[in-house]
Amino acid sequence: MSIEIRSAPHIKAPKSVETIMRHVVWSLMPVCAFFVFQYGLSALASLMVVTVSCLATERLIVRTGTQSGDISDYSAAITGLLLALSLPPGFPLWMGAVAGIVAIALGKALFGGIGFNVFNPALVGRAFVQAAFPQAIATYTPSFLPGRFHEMVPSSMTLPLMQPAAVADWLKAKHLDALAGATPLAKWKFEGILANADELLTSLSGHMAVGPSPALILVCGIYLAARRFMDWRIPAAILGSAGLTAWLLFALNDVRYPNPFFMLFSGGLILGAVYMATDMATSPVTPKGMWVYGALIGLLTVVIRYYSGLPEGVMYAILLGNAATPLIEKITQPTPFGKTAFALLGRQKKGASYSLHPGYISREDAGAVTPRKRFLSNKPKRDERKKPNE
Amino acid sequence: MSTATNLSSTDRWDEFMEGVWRQNPLFVMVLGLCPALAVTVSAVNALSMGLATTFVLTCSCLLVSLLRKMIPKEVRIATYIVIIATFVTVVDYVIQAVSLALYDALGAFIQLIVVNCIILGRAEAHASKNPPLPAMLNALGMSAGFTLGLFALGAVREILGAGTLFGISLFGPHFQPWVVMVLPPGGFFVLGLWLLVFAAIARRKQDKLAEAAGHA
Amino acid sequence: MSQATDALTVSTPTVGMIRTLGLVAALCGLIIVSAYQGTYDAVQENKRIAVERAVFKVIPVATSIVEYLAPGSGAPQKVGTGGTAPAGSIKFYAGYDKDGHLAGIAAEGAAKGYADTVRILFAWDPAQATITGFGVVSSRETPGIGDKIVVDKDFLANFPLAAPLSDDRMVLAHEIRTVKHGTKTQPWEIDAIAGATITSRAVGKAINEAAQALVPRLVPHLDALKEKS
Repeated sequence: MSIEIRSAPHIKAPKSVETIMRHVVWSLMPVCAFFVFQYGLSALASLMVVTVSCLATERLIVRTGTQSGDISDYSAAITGLLLALSLPPGFPLWMGAVAGIVAIALGKALFGGIGFNVFNPALVGRAFVQAAFPQAIATYTPSFLPGRFHEMVPSSMTLPLMQPAAVADWLKAKHLDALAGATPLAKWKFEGILANADELLTSLSGHMAVGPSPALILVCGIYLAARRFMDWRIPAAILGSAGLTAWLLFALNDVRYPNPFFMLFSGGLILGAVYMATDMATSPVTPKGMWVYGALIGLLTVVIRYYSGLPEGVMYAILLGNAATPLIEKITQPTPFGKTAFALLGRQKKGASYSLHPGYISREDAGAVTPRKRFLSNKPKRDERKKPNE
Repeated sequence: MSTATNLSSTDRWDEFMEGVWRQNPLFVMVLGLCPALAVTVSAVNALSMGLATTFVLTCSCLLVSLLRKMIPKEVRIATYIVIIATFVTVVDYVIQAVSLALYDALGAFIQLIVVNCIILGRAEAHASKNPPLPAMLNALGMSAGFTLGLFALGAVREILGAGTLFGISLFGPHFQPWVVMVLPPGGFFVLGLWLLVFAAIARRKQDKLAEAAGHA
Repeated sequence: MSQATDALTVSTPTVGMIRTLGLVAALCGLIIVSAYQGTYDAVQENKRIAVERAVFKVIPVATSIVEYLAPGSGAPQKVGTGGTAPAGSIKFYAGYDKDGHLAGIAAEGAAKGYADTVRILFAWDPAQATITGFGVVSSRETPGIGDKIVVDKDFLANFPLAAPLSDDRMVLAHEIRTVKHGTKTQPWEIDAIAGATITSRAVGKAINEAAQALVPRLVPHLDALKEKS
């Protein structure tokens, strides 16, 4: 079997945006459930508040009549769930709400609504709160705390605009301060402590401050890929390139750099690779482009983690990958049948192709409309362009 | 354009309001963004920058307007720049004398008023063709608009970035500062938001006009 | 002189241009000089107050300061008493307490931080041979992270910092350096702030470089500085 699912002209079954989005939400449910099981009430409140703030913002903006979309298409729900999963469970709820509003308003609505956004909205929201509240977003609580279903992390219930209560003091009062605070990545970066493999994979064994379970995310991702709601190439490329880069560095100097397993399963790499980088509006549609895009994100993640001042680099790597997507698509356009060498030549010398071959007619001259991602709603423009041809 | 020297009071008001509202340098013409983004981390900084620019703009427009018949067109830009640079130097000394802390906060952006395109633009487009009084009024209006714009940016950034306005705490000691607001990206965010607000106002006005025309 | 209306067609003779430019330049020069003269005293006073305030902050017991230049060899020279110090001299401030005894030496250091160069003023106590504290002169470090260096209690607990000279009195006996959070073992090491390692390291580097250069020049001449002259 070598049938490929491509985005544009080869639709063989009705697979609407809504169907795909609904399945993504369903596949996120086990991840969310385990996240709540790990962190208790705080995580549940965080998931709900962030998602509701995304949905409300979406509703408000769609009601202004400036763009299409509906909260029933599940896209804002996905943004909200992913955003909440990428934040610390004890993140103050009002900051979570701010993140949700920024994610939809700045990350999606300003670009023209669903399908037009250049950057993954959830990551735009997260990038904003990361820049605005750097301390709160680095404050993790250990998972499987006793009594997590009876009381919330004190920082969750911070009053709007106010500073969160010190989580360290709260943990100290519970005599848990030995395992306070930092993610495995931050522990490695600032203190040189490597986490064990089993702790990372399931976060079942101990009080590690890790996010949602990577193993569970992988399982859900495999389901999505098997049902063809997601292209498997992007996560494969990201994990492959990150793993390869990390392994090469580990082989060069195993004292300074951690093992590739740690690189792959710590932080948000799995969540980012499976759910965030695969956002259809912000990733390339060409198969070759997907490999390039994934490889770029994997490489950038490792580079940022090792060489920058930040412990985690997945978010910025994916945002940079999103920004590079139009370019990647442009250089990885598949060659039309029967035009192999010639088309390649024409593409390489784009802009100067007329002087090279006087008989060459560009696709635009021939009246062909290149299906291309549009950053702004230019539907009226397309109509204008068509008229003279008719 | 340069009709009479004795303008009626409505004309004067129009000349002044031109820069404050219709041609607001920051929100309509989107000029002078470098200081607007860089120094507006607090309301005090924004106002000081606005006042410094006001002084330079008004004085240089007055001088350019007074000398407008004397300046040969071939060297007019050079002359304007010399005049502008002079007043920027004066402002530089004055701010150092008033407060070194303010001088450090504004940094290189005081000297960079020289290359603020609003000033050279006003000198070239308006002051060099008009008598001193309207030239000054126009310059004052433009600077008032610019100061207003800077203040709008600075106030929002200070309220969110530090929880204070003019150094007075608004939310009590437990306020969580939005760090991003005092960093460069915050300047872009707030400027974008203000542009959005002004565009929405303009759009609403346009719609109303169109509606009125439709009814008539 | 040509009229404004037909200035577009008639070109101005060179002499006219030079005359106008000269006139404008002279006028502007006059304005600048008077502004400079008018504000000179206030500016100098402001600068002096700013320096004093910074020095008093790092040497709390000091009530008066004297500015010195330490040349490569020979005794430090007071600034402003005539006589030119050789190039390469290092500026420092000697702080005296109310009885006129030397309370501490303050000097500036700088090193690359996370965002830009971090410039600090640190105090050296000649009696104990320790760095007693530091203050930030200018920094553009991230608010909430890098700028914690002046408020973080654990970080400020690093001071006083041992800074004795080596036996040959040419350099410090131990290089002052910043170590990762929680791994400080020696009195001359600085325990970094977790999450702000780069800024913490800049502080250590700035102190180390400035102290390595200044302290060996000072130690032979400490007696001359002991009392306020």
